[in-house]
Amino acid sequence: MVRLRVTVTVNGTAHEHDVEPRLLLVHYLRDVVGLTGTNVGCDTSSCGACTVLVDGESVKSCTMLAVQADGTVVTTIEDLARDGALHPMQQAFHEHHGLQCGFCTPGMVMAAVSLVDENETLDEQAVREGLEGNLCRCTGYHNIVKAVLAGAVAMKRRPRPWPSPTPRRRG
Amino acid sequence: MAVTDAPAARVIGTRLLRKEDPALLTGEARFTDDLQIPGALRMAVLRSPFAHARIRGIDTSVAAGMPGVVAVFTGADLRDLWAAPMPCAWPVTEDMKNPEHYPLAIDTVCYAGDGVAVVLARTDVEARDALDAIDVDYEPLPAVVDLEDALSDRVLVHDALGTNTSYVWELHTDAEAVERAFAEAVHTVQERYVQQRLIPMAMEPRACAAVPQPFGGDLTLYSATQIPHILKVMTAVTLGLPEHQLRVVAPAVGGGFGSKLDVYAEELLCVALARKLGVPVRWVEERTENAQATIQGRGQIQEIELAADADGRVTAVRVRLLADMGAYLQLVTPGIPLLGAFLYSGVYDVPAYSFTCTSVFTTLTPTDAYRGAGRPEATYAIERAMDALAARVGLDPTELRMRNFITADRFPYTAPTGLVYDSGNYEGALVRAKELAGYGELRAEQARRRAQGGTRHLGIGVSSYFEMCGLAPSRVLASLNYSAGGWESATVRILPTNKVQVVTGASPHGQGHETSWAMIVAERLGVSPDDVDVLHSDTALSPLGLDTYGSRSLVVGGVAIDMALDKVVEKARAIAAHQLECAEDDLELDAGTFRVKGSPDKELALAAIAFAAFTAHDLPDGMEPNLEAHVTYDPPNFSWPFGTHICVVEVDEETGQVDVLRYVAVDDCGNQVNPMIVEGQVHGGIIQGLAQALFEEAVYDEDGNLRTSTMAEYLVPAASDVPALVTDSTVTPSPTNALGVKGIGEAGTIGSTPAVINAVVDALSHLGVTDVPMPASPLRVWSAIQAARHAGGSQ
Repeated sequence: MVRLRVTVTVNGTAHEHDVEPRLLLVHYLRDVVGLTGTNVGCDTSSCGACTVLVDGESVKSCTMLAVQADGTVVTTIEDLARDGALHPMQQAFHEHHGLQCGFCTPGMVMAAVSLVDENETLDEQAVREGLEGNLCRCTGYHNIVKAVLAGAVAMKRRPRPWPSPTPRRRG
Repeated sequence: MAVTDAPAARVIGTRLLRKEDPALLTGEARFTDDLQIPGALRMAVLRSPFAHARIRGIDTSVAAGMPGVVAVFTGADLRDLWAAPMPCAWPVTEDMKNPEHYPLAIDTVCYAGDGVAVVLARTDVEARDALDAIDVDYEPLPAVVDLEDALSDRVLVHDALGTNTSYVWELHTDAEAVERAFAEAVHTVQERYVQQRLIPMAMEPRACAAVPQPFGGDLTLYSATQIPHILKVMTAVTLGLPEHQLRVVAPAVGGGFGSKLDVYAEELLCVALARKLGVPVRWVEERTENAQATIQGRGQIQEIELAADADGRVTAVRVRLLADMGAYLQLVTPGIPLLGAFLYSGVYDVPAYSFTCTSVFTTLTPTDAYRGAGRPEATYAIERAMDALAARVGLDPTELRMRNFITADRFPYTAPTGLVYDSGNYEGALVRAKELAGYGELRAEQARRRAQGGTRHLGIGVSSYFEMCGLAPSRVLASLNYSAGGWESATVRILPTNKVQVVTGASPHGQGHETSWAMIVAERLGVSPDDVDVLHSDTALSPLGLDTYGSRSLVVGGVAIDMALDKVVEKARAIAAHQLECAEDDLELDAGTFRVKGSPDKELALAAIAFAAFTAHDLPDGMEPNLEAHVTYDPPNFSWPFGTHICVVEVDEETGQVDVLRYVAVDDCGNQVNPMIVEGQVHGGIIQGLAQALFEEAVYDEDGNLRTSTMAEYLVPAASDVPALVTDSTVTPSPTNALGVKGIGEAGTIGSTPAVINAVVDALSHLGVTDVPMPASPLRVWSAIQAARHAGGSQ
């Protein structure tokens, strides 16, 4: 079986592994790196439970091969909370009851962080459209939308040291 | 009594943030497939591509030699491992037909997705690769997809049964009275509705792992299940295992909605193969397998007739139901229509009622409990039929409902079915919902638009519902032939340092029980909710319990905790009286401290009592040490939450597109422990009910192939597909428990589907449209408009 070497920086730590070319990024993160916060919910890139940031942009990690992530910087849900404190977006989901079973939540939060990063302003409609790639069966989205709007305000109020998305690669 | 003691500060009724959240928000929570299990083999299941076929032979030799593959087994190979077929716990009639069902098909496959072989390999990828190399020689047989076709027995799903009918179950309050009512009726309506099959699609696919101990035979089964306790009992029976050697743990569970209330082939296979090989075996479902091999919901054809007098007062309801069991009877498949059987007369004072359910097998995925299970179906039928009757009588739908409601002064109300509705105020919920929706203005706006003659029509849909929930009194469940009870167990333990452990037999999967239970304890004991640890979902922690489904967790499980608290407080009071040298009656508990009435300086804190109970140095004579109590509670009645939902839509006549403009729900689940959690449950339920009305449907072709087997094909709504919600509540406590609680998990789903379709039909009623089948896709809506037009709707 052919194996290819990949080097990926995940949550600030460099990882180097030989992987099968067909290995998806989500399985790389879960099974090779051992970060199981990123979930697999479907086989068709429909549900968004596996959303992570790759070089600062949100990506469904089941749509990308691990080898395609070679040389990138990946941020997963495990990197958002720091020093025992939740990221403002996580805190907003907590305060607005934006989760129930929590399975879609890591992907939903990563997508929300990215949505806020990419938009100066957001209203309800923009949040609903921005999250249409992330499915939830429990909440009916009502409180998720409220949470994202509140999280957006909180992130702008305290933009750093909350992580973020490592700057995008140029060129 | 302790219940009369004043709490320090109200905890119950506040919007306390969930204890569950931080672990779920940070990725720390462990779902079943997140567990690290060294040395575990991965299992993959080969599934039939045919809905119906005989297995002539299976060649596994190539697969067995593939890289990483440890073993390959067929159904025939494993036949000797099963002490009994897979369980069905609800034989609703004596003569119910129940085909033998094993974890892997042996001779015949009966639905596309039926398992025929398993591979065990070192990795998931290797296991799945090997599936492709298994050669199965199938002899295809005709599929049976349509319920009425199934009823005809043209093709038998199971030859050995000689029929496709599993059972016929009837409920007549007074057959003569029903006939008489229809003979004397001024108005009658006869309606036929189809409840399309739904795919539960919990976000977390099913997953399980069986881990045997190297010696002695003990085994732990981890599973994404709603029912660890029932699963343990059933696994023991099916495999002939000593029950006490089996431990079942449900780690974090990513949604169930009833679909994880089952005993699945893969759980039994993992346990059987882990024992056979002496190594851990684990499995996780792919989404396509989830669509095919996890149970589906609904699947009914309903005929409902109403008889009414000149004023529109309903005098009788007659229901004939044809229910799709799918290919096999899973754990509670046959009972699902019965859960609705008592609700077809709705929230109305109906003197005569008759119900017949015929259930049939088809060559489709088995059905079973899903989000409301039987009750949304029943509510849909009566609430659609009430609108049809309102149109017949010429009354506003809300006026017709007001005329027929069981009025608030008549509770507890004994229904003709013999069941007692605990409490209700149906008018109150309707009035409040109309207020919030601006009902009068909406009707005026609708009239205005109709007068102007545009092509975007306004529709207002109303649905008043109730539900029989908190599945419950064991004796009543027995009368329905359900094989288990409806009780729940709870232990409350105040630790020496005044921290509290609660052990519940309920098994949450996203509802927020840890928070709700902690709040009940905090209020009663004057501790912080953070000082309460709720232990659950592990049969080693809580050896007996009946798990979580049917909105029973608070109204049975939570009440059990409250009762255990009574016992703990009583014991603490006895210790306090002993140490303070006073009578127990002279003590009052306030903010976690017992005080002698009238002597404010004489007091003893629960913290000190807990430590004293632990040291046992100075307890009343004969008292057992420690502050701990266990209660097993079998409730005296079901609970009956209710409400009214109003949906406002705009329907585009030219495209058939339905836009939901406004959605208002007023629900009454009695007292609320945490209103934030109540609202969350309602929101999710409403959107599921709305999705049944507008989006979701398991579509099969005539050969029984599932055409919606992925999330790309099955229309799970996204945030952009659904509206913001306006929710409110009335509070009518249940008189049957000290907390006054009812249950809310399924209410949203039950109330919403008819509200949405009533709105769609209402929008188009002036065009002659009287019904739109679900899901009301643009094509279906447009077709209904065209059909009405061609039928002479002259507009």
